[in-house]
Amino acid sequence: MKRLVLILCLLATPLFAVEPDEVLDDPVLEERARVISADVRCVVCQNEPIDSSNAGVARDLRLIIRERLVAGDTNEEVFEYLVARYGDFVLFNPPWKPSTYALWLGPFVILALGFLAVVMALRGKRGQRTAALTPEEQARLEALRKKDDI
Amino acid sequence: MKRLLFAAPFVLALIIGGFSLWGLSGGRDPSSIPSALISQPIPDFALDPIEGVDTPGLSTEDLKGQGLTLVNVFASWCGPCRAEHPILTRMSEQQNLRIVGLNYKDTPENAAAWLEELGNPYERIGADVTGRAGIDWGVTGVPETFIISNDGIVLHRFPGPVVGDGQRRFQEALDAAKAAQ
Amino acid sequence: MIPELGQFAMALALIAALVQSVLPIAGAARRNTLWMASAQATAVIQAALLVFAFGALMHAFIVSDFTVRNVVENSHSLKPMLYKVAGTWGSHEGSLLLWVLILALFGAAVAVMADNIPLALKARTLSVQAWISVGFLSFMILTSNPFDRVFPPPLDGQDLNPLLQDFGLAIHPPLLYIGYVGFSIVFSFAVAALIEGRVDPAWARWVRPWTLAAWMALTGGIALGSWWAYYELGWGGWWFWDPVENVSFMPWLAGTALLHSAIVTEKRDTFKAWTILLAILTFSLSLLGTFIVRSGLLTSVHAFAVDPERGVYILGLLAVSILGSLALFAWRAPAMEGGGLFAPISREAGLLINNLLIATACATVLFGTLYPLFLEAVTGEKISVGPPFFNASFIPITLPLVIVMGLGPHLSWKRADLPGVLARLKWVGVVVLLGTLVVAWIADGGPLLAVISMGIALWLIGATIQDWARRVKLLQKGAWARINRQPRSAHGMSMAHLGLAVLMVGAIGASAWKTDTVSFAEPGTAVPIAGFEVTFVGVEQVQGPNYVAQVATLDVTRDGEFVTQLFPERRVYPVAQATTTESDIRQTLAGDLYVSIAEPAAENTEGLWTLRLIYEPLVNFLWLGSLMLVLGGALSLSDRRLRVGAPRRAAPVNATPAE
Repeated sequence: MKRLVLILCLLATPLFAVEPDEVLDDPVLEERARVISADVRCVVCQNEPIDSSNAGVARDLRLIIRERLVAGDTNEEVFEYLVARYGDFVLFNPPWKPSTYALWLGPFVILALGFLAVVMALRGKRGQRTAALTPEEQARLEALRKKDDI
Repeated sequence: MKRLLFAAPFVLALIIGGFSLWGLSGGRDPSSIPSALISQPIPDFALDPIEGVDTPGLSTEDLKGQGLTLVNVFASWCGPCRAEHPILTRMSEQQNLRIVGLNYKDTPENAAAWLEELGNPYERIGADVTGRAGIDWGVTGVPETFIISNDGIVLHRFPGPVVGDGQRRFQEALDAAKAAQ
Repeated sequence: MIPELGQFAMALALIAALVQSVLPIAGAARRNTLWMASAQATAVIQAALLVFAFGALMHAFIVSDFTVRNVVENSHSLKPMLYKVAGTWGSHEGSLLLWVLILALFGAAVAVMADNIPLALKARTLSVQAWISVGFLSFMILTSNPFDRVFPPPLDGQDLNPLLQDFGLAIHPPLLYIGYVGFSIVFSFAVAALIEGRVDPAWARWVRPWTLAAWMALTGGIALGSWWAYYELGWGGWWFWDPVENVSFMPWLAGTALLHSAIVTEKRDTFKAWTILLAILTFSLSLLGTFIVRSGLLTSVHAFAVDPERGVYILGLLAVSILGSLALFAWRAPAMEGGGLFAPISREAGLLINNLLIATACATVLFGTLYPLFLEAVTGEKISVGPPFFNASFIPITLPLVIVMGLGPHLSWKRADLPGVLARLKWVGVVVLLGTLVVAWIADGGPLLAVISMGIALWLIGATIQDWARRVKLLQKGAWARINRQPRSAHGMSMAHLGLAVLMVGAIGASAWKTDTVSFAEPGTAVPIAGFEVTFVGVEQVQGPNYVAQVATLDVTRDGEFVTQLFPERRVYPVAQATTTESDIRQTLAGDLYVSIAEPAAENTEGLWTLRLIYEPLVNFLWLGSLMLVLGGALSLSDRRLRVGAPRRAAPVNATPAE
C-alpha cells in the first residue's frame, strides 16, 4: 500500500504542482508563496515540497499559505502556522534551535577538524626530517624504514 | 596522538553503524510523522453536521469535559476506513467509549450512504468539506484517530486504520490514556 | 530448467569465490606461487558463472517465464522487449545479481589484464575482492534469490508501470553500478596494500586507471539519473538533495578526491595513508548507498523495495567490510610515511586544499543526510534536512574549491612561483571580470550569489584554457605536433576541469534564472514566458500502442515570429491504470522551454487545461559538462594504456566481457 502511494506520487508529479486557480493576482505575494511552498515538505508524498506535489493535502496547504499571505502574514508567521499543526518535520530548512545547533555548526566543525588533521599530518612529517638527503638516500631510507615496520 | 588520528575513521564508522542499526530495529517507520499536537489543547474549530444525517456537528467545546473521547477522521472514499469501522464501533461499545467523527472531504450523499450501510457509532460528526479542520488537526491522511482527554488535551494520534497489529497498538495507547485519567 | 541452472551457477560462483577468498592470500603469506596464481583462474571462473546466471535470469525475462517469481513481479508480456530486458535489473534481487556480476567482472579484469602487477599484490587484491563476493553472494542465496519459482504460475506479470519504461532508466542503474562496484577493486587494492604494509608510487599508478574507470561510470550514471528525472519524470529539476541522490554523490566526491590524491602519491610518493583511506571510504560510501536505498532507513522520493530485514543483513556485511578495513587502516597506516616535502605554495599544497575541501563537502553531505536519523535516535524528534541546508553548506565549500581548481594546474610541484603564476593569469582575470559584468548586466539584478558563482565558473574556464594553451604553446608554430605529443592525461585533466566549469554554468543558470508559469488554457490562450509567447491551439485524441493520449498543440513565437510547435501529451494506460505526463521541450543551448498539460484539479473547469511552462536557461550545459567530465576521464584512461605500465591491453571497462 505504501509502495502504491509512492508510485502514485511519482506518476502524478508534474513540473510543479501549483494549479492556475491557486495563483494570486499580486505577483509579489505569489512569488513569496512559491518560495515558502518550495521549503515545505509534503506530509503525504515523501521528501517532496508541496510546491511540486499534487497530493490533496499539498494543494490545501498551498491555498492556506496564500490565504495567510493575503491576510498580511509575514513568511515567518506562515511557517509558524504550519509548524503548529505539523511540527518542524514539514520544514526543509531546519530552524536554528538547540536540537539543530549541531547540524548547522557541523560543516564548520568538519572543516576545522580537517584543517587540524592536515596541520598535524604536515607537522609530523616535518619533524621527521632533519638533514637533507639525496633522492637515492631517501629511497634507501624509506625502504629500510618500511622493512623495520613490518 | 597520531594513532588516534588514524583510528578516527573507524570510530566514526562505528558510530554511524550504531545509529543505522538503531534505525532498522523495532518497527520504526521512517515515513510516519509525529503529531505536533500531542499534549496540546485541541485546535479551535467548529463544523456543521453532515447534511441529511441527524447526528449533531462537532466543535472544540464538544470535546471538553465529556470524558475520554476518540476523534475518528474518516471518509466514504477511503478503503481502510471501511475496514476499521466495525472494530472502532465494537471498541466504543464494549469499552463504553465516547467516539465522535470528523468526516474529511466528503460529499453529504456519500457520507450518509456510508453511515447508513455500516452503522453510525458517532455521538457527533463534523463535516469537514474543505479539509481545513483536518489541517488544523495536523491530519496527513485518512483514517486517523485521536484520543482526547477530559479537559480537551490531545493524548495520542494514531495514523492509519485501527486493524490487526494497529488495533493492538491503539488499544495500548488507549489503556495508557485511561490510566492517566 | 534454465532458472535452476542459473541458480546452480550462482551457487558454484559462491564456491569459486570462497576458494578465491582464502587460497591466494594464504599463498601470498607463504610465498606459494601456485596458490597465488590460482586467483586468476577462480576470478575468471567466478565471473563466467555469474555471467551465465545473469544470462539465465535475463532469458527468463525475455521469454516472460512467469513461473519465476521475480519475472511475475517485475515484468509483463506486453512490455516492449527493451524493457523486458531491463526488467532483469529492475528489482531488488535482479539488481543485486547485476551488482555481484560487475564485482566479479572487475575481479576477472584485474586477473586477466593487470599482468604487470606483482603476483603477491594481485593475489591479495583478488582475495579481498572475493571476500566482498562471498558476502553478497551468500546474502543473495540466503535472502534474495532471483530464481525463486512460483506455483501455480499466473497468466501474466504484474508490472507494467509506464513511468519505468524509459531508456534512461533502463541504462542508468547498470552505469551507476559499474561506478559503485568499480570502486570495489580500488578498495581491494587498498586493503591488500595495508596487509602488505607497502604503498609506493607504483601502487598508486596501478590503481589509478581502475579509479578513473569507476569514476567515469559513476559520473555518467549520476548524470543520466539526473537527466532522467529532468526529462522523463518531468520534475523540471535535476537535483533535489534527496537521500538517494546524496548517497550516489558522496562516493563521487570521495572518488574525485581519490583521483587527485593518487596523483600526488604517484608523482611525489606522499599522501599515502590518505590515498589508502580515500580508497576505502569511496567504496564504503558506495556500500552505504546500496544499503540506504534498499533498507528504507531514510525516506526518499526514489525509495522502493524497502525491507528492514534485508537491511540488517546488508548492515552486517557493511560492518564487516567497512569496520574491518578501517581497523586495518588504524593499525597499519601509521607506519606509512610519505616522501617529499613541499612548500605552502606548490602543486602538492593545491591538491591538499582540493582534497580537504572535497572531503569536507563529502562529509557535510553525509552529515546532513544522516542528521535526521541521529536526532531521531537521540531525542525522538523528527526533522527534515532539505535543499536549503545543503545549498547553504555545500556552495560555500565548493566555490573556493573551484577558485583553487583554476590555479592548481598552473602550480609546479614542490615549490611554485605564485607571483609568476598570477602575472600569467592577469589577462584571464581581466576577461573574467568583464565577463562577470556582462553576466550581471544580462541577469539584471538577479541573485548576487549566482552572478559571483558565474564569475567563478568563468574563471575556471579561463584559467584552464590558459593553462592548456601555455602547455602546448598554442600560438606558436607547431602547436598541433605539441598537442599530439602531450600526454593525453594532461588533455584529459583540462577537459574534465573545463567540463566541471561548463556543468557549473548549467547548474547556476537553471537554478537562479529559472522562470515558470501556470495558467488555464483553452484554444486561443496565449501565455508569455521568458520572451516567448506560447499559444494553446487545441487538443487532439491519439491512439497509441497501449495507451490513449491527449495531445496538445502549442505555437511558440518570439516577437511575433514563429519559433516552433510543441506537443505535450497526457497519456492514459488502461491496462496499467496509470496516467503519465509527457512534456515537450524546445531545447537550445541558451535554455529549454519546457511545456506540459494536465487536467485541472479545480472544479467547474470543463474544456480547460492546466498549461505549465518552464524556461530553464542554460540547463543543457549541465549535460554537456557531464559529458566533458566523462570524456576527460576517457582521454586520461587512454593515455595510461599507452604510456605507463598500467593495464596494457585495453581500457578496463570496455574490455570486460560483454553480456
